[in-house]
Amino acid sequence: MELLKIENLQLELGGKPILKGLDFLVRAGERVVLFGPNGAGKSSLLFAILGFPGYEPKSGRIFFKSKDITALSVNERVKLGIGMAFQNPPSLRGIKLEEMLKICRRDISPEEIEKASKDMKMGEFLSREVNLGFSGGEAKRAELLQILTQRPELALFDEPDSGVDLENVEMIGKQIDSFLEHNTGIVITHQGYILNFVRATRACVLYEGAIICSGNPKEILEDIREKGYEQCVRCRARKHER
Amino acid sequence: MSSACAAGPENMSDKINNLSELPEDIKQTSSLAGINPTEKERSGSFFQLDQSILCAKTTQVGVEVLDTESALNKYSWLKDYYWKAVDPEKDEFTKAVKEAAPRGYFIRSLPGVETIFPLQACLYLGSEGLAQKVHNIIIAEEGSRLHIITGCTVSTHIKSGMHIGISEFYVKKGASLTFTMVHNWAEGVEVRPRSVSHVEAGGTFISNYICMKPVKLLQLYPATHLLGQGSRVIYNSIVMGKGNSVIDIGSRVFLKAEGTSAESIARAVAYDESKIYARGHLIGEVPNIKAHLECRGLVLSPKAMIHAIPELEARQENLEMSHEAAVGKIAEREILYLMSRGLSQEEATSAIVRGFLKVEMKGLPEKLQAEIKKLTEMELTI
Repeated sequence: MELLKIENLQLELGGKPILKGLDFLVRAGERVVLFGPNGAGKSSLLFAILGFPGYEPKSGRIFFKSKDITALSVNERVKLGIGMAFQNPPSLRGIKLEEMLKICRRDISPEEIEKASKDMKMGEFLSREVNLGFSGGEAKRAELLQILTQRPELALFDEPDSGVDLENVEMIGKQIDSFLEHNTGIVITHQGYILNFVRATRACVLYEGAIICSGNPKEILEDIREKGYEQCVRCRARKHER
Repeated sequence: MSSACAAGPENMSDKINNLSELPEDIKQTSSLAGINPTEKERSGSFFQLDQSILCAKTTQVGVEVLDTESALNKYSWLKDYYWKAVDPEKDEFTKAVKEAAPRGYFIRSLPGVETIFPLQACLYLGSEGLAQKVHNIIIAEEGSRLHIITGCTVSTHIKSGMHIGISEFYVKKGASLTFTMVHNWAEGVEVRPRSVSHVEAGGTFISNYICMKPVKLLQLYPATHLLGQGSRVIYNSIVMGKGNSVIDIGSRVFLKAEGTSAESIARAVAYDESKIYARGHLIGEVPNIKAHLECRGLVLSPKAMIHAIPELEARQENLEMSHEAAVGKIAEREILYLMSRGLSQEEATSAIVRGFLKVEMKGLPEKLQAEIKKLTEMELTI
């Protein structure tokens, strides 16, 4: 089943073209890892999928579960089943993490909150204001905790491993992996270390505003490590798979 | 109660034994200002309607609740407190109260006594065009702990009126006074309280102030004199400007003894065409004092305005004084963040404002904290 389908997406930020006619398809149950050099537009693509203001496409359409969501607001998309763990989430003064979890899922029970937060080693953070004074790793765990609570059908993870120590990457990676056993996800990563724990089913390379390559995550990561992104431009072998 | 208008508050002047005897509409309105008409979990009650004292009573031994005039008649020594903190010649409003018959309340906790539940006092404006004049004297005697909630409010039909309230607080050696004031006025009402407190050695004065309803003009700039070593004051204020309200609030603290500390925390939210001036003036007169001023403001309408005026005045060296003021609109990324968790834009904005206004009112029992939270949240209409 086609869960997310993006057709000819063109996106400009501050007059600069970021996505140049991007096509992208994610089927239900897929765990897609998205590679791309800095500034390629990976985060912008996720923001466009989520419908953030300022990321409205110049042209093209986004379908989720066969419904055209291009004109929907953020919360309408979230209600349909899209969720996102942010790379740099803002802090919210006066809103406790526990309250945030109740926002993520209104019918969550206190027992579920306790268990989920314990699993993420966030129990003592429940009574703290969201992200206020959190370290990089704590903020990532808080993001993940919210997504696991929200249970979106399509989860977008924007660099869940950046600024996180190896021990925490393992924990975050395993939690994402476990979550994606029953859901669909797109994970942005630069280092790729998290792929030791997240069993991605497919990798895509975003380069110069388009998906130029799609295929086996480990092979692609190895290629990028060895030959850099330039090679992806020259290599057309896997392009038909996107 | 007058037979001419039995249901209306205007002609009601007879004494009552319990607040439950009040007309339903008055009970309803006063409960929105933090008054509990059932008097459950209150150690005493005072009720003034316009210039009439309807009720002044206490259920706890060692705590006194009287109307000011009766107290002045009862205690000759009270002249040493009456108009001793506030200067009657300060302005035309203090003069107006001086010239009127004394109204308002006298509340006193005897040495070493601790109030089991808070005392409550309601100052209610029920007649059109009236200038309510009030003079309150509050004394927490040595080593006592006194807790008072004052709700100032107005009948729903009032189009115009004025409230001038003089309050003189005396916190004696080692005593603690927590004073929580809720203002629920109306668009046509002008409000000019004049308050001064004196705190002796080791004493603590905590003043919590909440104003969530529109008002024509509110001018409130209480002053505290920390006179004794180790005394402290905490001011917490939550103010919401709506409609065309002009709100000019602040607090001024004179730190006059070593080891004293002052903290002033204000949250202001301006909607519509409201104007909020948030002032604060801390004056360090001796060394080894600590004072902090914090003002945060949210401007939620292009026609609203918040003007934060924090002032620190150090008259000695070796003192620690700081302030932080931040005024602005809600960060869009915070709204979007909450929307990405499923809230609509309006719900996200409301959640942020609610979070912004969440100031932990120090010294308040948990239950009362919850009551106050409920009062503030009720006014969040966005």
